[in-house]
Amino acid sequence: MARFVTFLLTALLLSGPAFAGIDETINSITAPIANVIGDIVFFKINIAGAGLPLVVLWLVIGAVFFTVYMGFVNLRGFGHAIRLVRGDYADPNSAGEVSHFQALATAVSGTVGIGNIGGVAVAVTVGGAGATFWLIVAGFLGMSTKFVECTLGVKYRNENPDGSVSGGPMYYLRKGFEERGMTGFGKFMGTFYAIGIFVGALGIGNMFQSNQAYVQLNTVAGGGLDGYGWLVGLILAVVVFAVIVGGIKSIARVTEKIVPFMAVFYCFFAIIVILMNFTSIPMAISNIFTGAFTGEGVAGGALGALIIGFQRAVFSNEAGIGSASIAHAAVKTDEPVTEGYVSLLEPFIDTIVICTITALVIGTSQVADPNFAGDATGVAMTSAAFERQISWFPLPLAFGALLFAFSTMISWSYYGLKGWTYLFGENQSLQTIYKIIFCAFVALGCVVQLDPILSISDALVFLICVPNILGLYFLAPIVKAEMNKYQAKLASGEIKKFKN
Amino acid sequence: MKNVVLLAVDGSEGSDRALTHAMNRAKTGGAKVVVAYVIEWSPYSFNTPEENAERHNRRESEIVRANSGVVVPALAKLAEAGIEAEGIVRHGKPAETLCAIAEECEAAQIVIGRRGQNGVKAMIFGSVVGNLVQAAPVPVVVVP
Repeated sequence: MARFVTFLLTALLLSGPAFAGIDETINSITAPIANVIGDIVFFKINIAGAGLPLVVLWLVIGAVFFTVYMGFVNLRGFGHAIRLVRGDYADPNSAGEVSHFQALATAVSGTVGIGNIGGVAVAVTVGGAGATFWLIVAGFLGMSTKFVECTLGVKYRNENPDGSVSGGPMYYLRKGFEERGMTGFGKFMGTFYAIGIFVGALGIGNMFQSNQAYVQLNTVAGGGLDGYGWLVGLILAVVVFAVIVGGIKSIARVTEKIVPFMAVFYCFFAIIVILMNFTSIPMAISNIFTGAFTGEGVAGGALGALIIGFQRAVFSNEAGIGSASIAHAAVKTDEPVTEGYVSLLEPFIDTIVICTITALVIGTSQVADPNFAGDATGVAMTSAAFERQISWFPLPLAFGALLFAFSTMISWSYYGLKGWTYLFGENQSLQTIYKIIFCAFVALGCVVQLDPILSISDALVFLICVPNILGLYFLAPIVKAEMNKYQAKLASGEIKKFKN
Repeated sequence: MKNVVLLAVDGSEGSDRALTHAMNRAKTGGAKVVVAYVIEWSPYSFNTPEENAERHNRRESEIVRANSGVVVPALAKLAEAGIEAEGIVRHGKPAETLCAIAEECEAAQIVIGRRGQNGVKAMIFGSVVGNLVQAAPVPVVVVP
C-alpha cells in the first residue's frame, strides 16, 4: 500500500508540468470570448489622451450623486457609525444575535484582500503618486454608495422559513421595482444580478485569489513551486472544501480570527516602514498632491491619474457592486438604516486607511530609492518596499496574502451561493453542487493562465454594477426617507442609548 | 433590594452544589430564587457570512438547550421544595451579565458554584467567579 502511494505521488509530481497542455487549450478557447466581453464592458472613451472606461464613470457619477443626495452622510454619519459598532445602541435583549460589529467585520474580511497590497502598487506604477489622492477621494465617495446599498440589503432581505436570512442586491432590485409596479423589470434585474454575482464569485472571488496565493507562495519558495500549481491548487481546494462543504467551521473561524490581526499587523509594520523612511515623507506626500493635479509622467496627465485611482478604489472596496450588502444583510436590527451607517466604515477601513498606508510605504520608498523594486509591480513591489527596511518581512507578508486570499474566497463563496440560491432555490443538494463547482475553480485558479478567464469575470462583476446602481437611483428616495425617520427618532429620544 | 437570591448555573457539578446551597438558604430565609444561565457570547467576535446568516437559529437552539438541560430541571427542584423561582437565559460575558441581572431583579445576594478552573487559563483570562466577585453590586456566595 505504502509503495503504491509513493508510486502515485511520484507519478503525480513527475506529471506536474504536463498540465501545461490543458492550460493552453483553455486559454485558446476563452481568450477571444474574453476580449469581446471585456471590450464591451470596459468600453473606453478618450478624453485628452486618457481612456476612461464608461463603467468607472458610471460608478463615480453614482457615488457623487449619493454623497450629495444623502447630504454628505459619509462625513456626517461617521461618528454615529462608530457608536453603533461599539454597541452603544445595542438592546441587551437581542444579545446573541448578529451584532453590527460582526456584520461589518465579516464584510470587511471579504473586501480586504490582495487588492490592498498589490492593487495599490499597480495604481502607483501606472497612475503615478497622484493616483493615491484620487484613490482616497474615490474611497470617500464610495462610502455613500455603500450606505445606500447596505440599507437596502437589510430592508429587503428574505427571512427564510428555517429562520436564516438571505439578502443582497438581487432581493432589493426585485422587491424594490415590484413595489413601484415594475414587476417584470424587477425580476429581470434580480436574475441578471444573481447570475453576475455567481460568475464573479468564481472569478475575482475565487480563481484570482487562489492564483495570487500560489504566486506568493512560489515567490517565497524562490520559484521552487514552478509547475506545481496544480498541487497548491488541490491543497487549497481541499481546505476550502472542508470549510464550505464539510462544514469544518474551525478552519473558517481560525482564518476569520487571524485576518483582522493580520490587517492590524500589516498596518503596524507599514507605519514602521513609513517612519523608517521618515526623511522621505514630506516629499512623498507632496508627490501625491502635485501628481494628482499635474499628472507628471502619467499617460493622460492628471485625468489619467484620476482614472487609475478611481478604478483601483472600486476594485478594492467594491462600492457600487453590491456584493457587501449580502454580508451586511445578516445583522439583527429593527432599523435597516443603522447597517447603512455601519457599512460606511468599510470603504473607510479598506481604501482610506489600508490602501493609503500601502501607497505611503511605496511612495516613501520610491523617494528614497526610485529603483527599489526593479521591474516588479503588484504584490512583489509592495513586498520589495517592505524588504528595503525589514529584510524578513516578505515571508509574513506572503503568509498574510495567503490568508487574505483564503478569507476572500470564503466570503465570496457565500456571495456566489446567495446568487445561486436566488436562481435555483434553497435546495440543499443543489447548494452542494454549487460548492463543489466552487472548489473545482479554486484548484483551476492555480493551474490555468488567468488573463482571459479573469477578464471575463472582471467584466461580469463590473457589469452587475449597471443594474445595481440603476436600482440604487430608483430606491434612493426610500433610503433617504428611512434615514430621516431614523434621525427624527434619535432626536426625539425614541431610540435610546443603552450604554454611555 | 428584595429578598431575592440570584443563582448562577451552568450545568456543572459546582452549579449543582450551588443549587443545593441556594435552596437551603432560600427555604430558611423565605427568599425567591432567580436561576440565571449565561451563554458565553461576545458582540465583537469574527464570524463567516454563513454563520451570521444562521445566527438567529443558533441562538434560539442555544436558549432552548440551556432551558431544557439546566434551568428547567433546577426550577422543578425549587418548586418541589416549595420555593418561588424564576428562570433567565441570556447571552453575554458571564460576570458582566450576571451583575446586570442582579441589578434588574434587585437580588440581595448572588450564589455561584466554584468551577476549579485550570490555573494558567484563569491567570490569563480570569475566572468567571473571580471577575464576578470583583464586580458584583451585591455580596457573592461562592460554593466550593
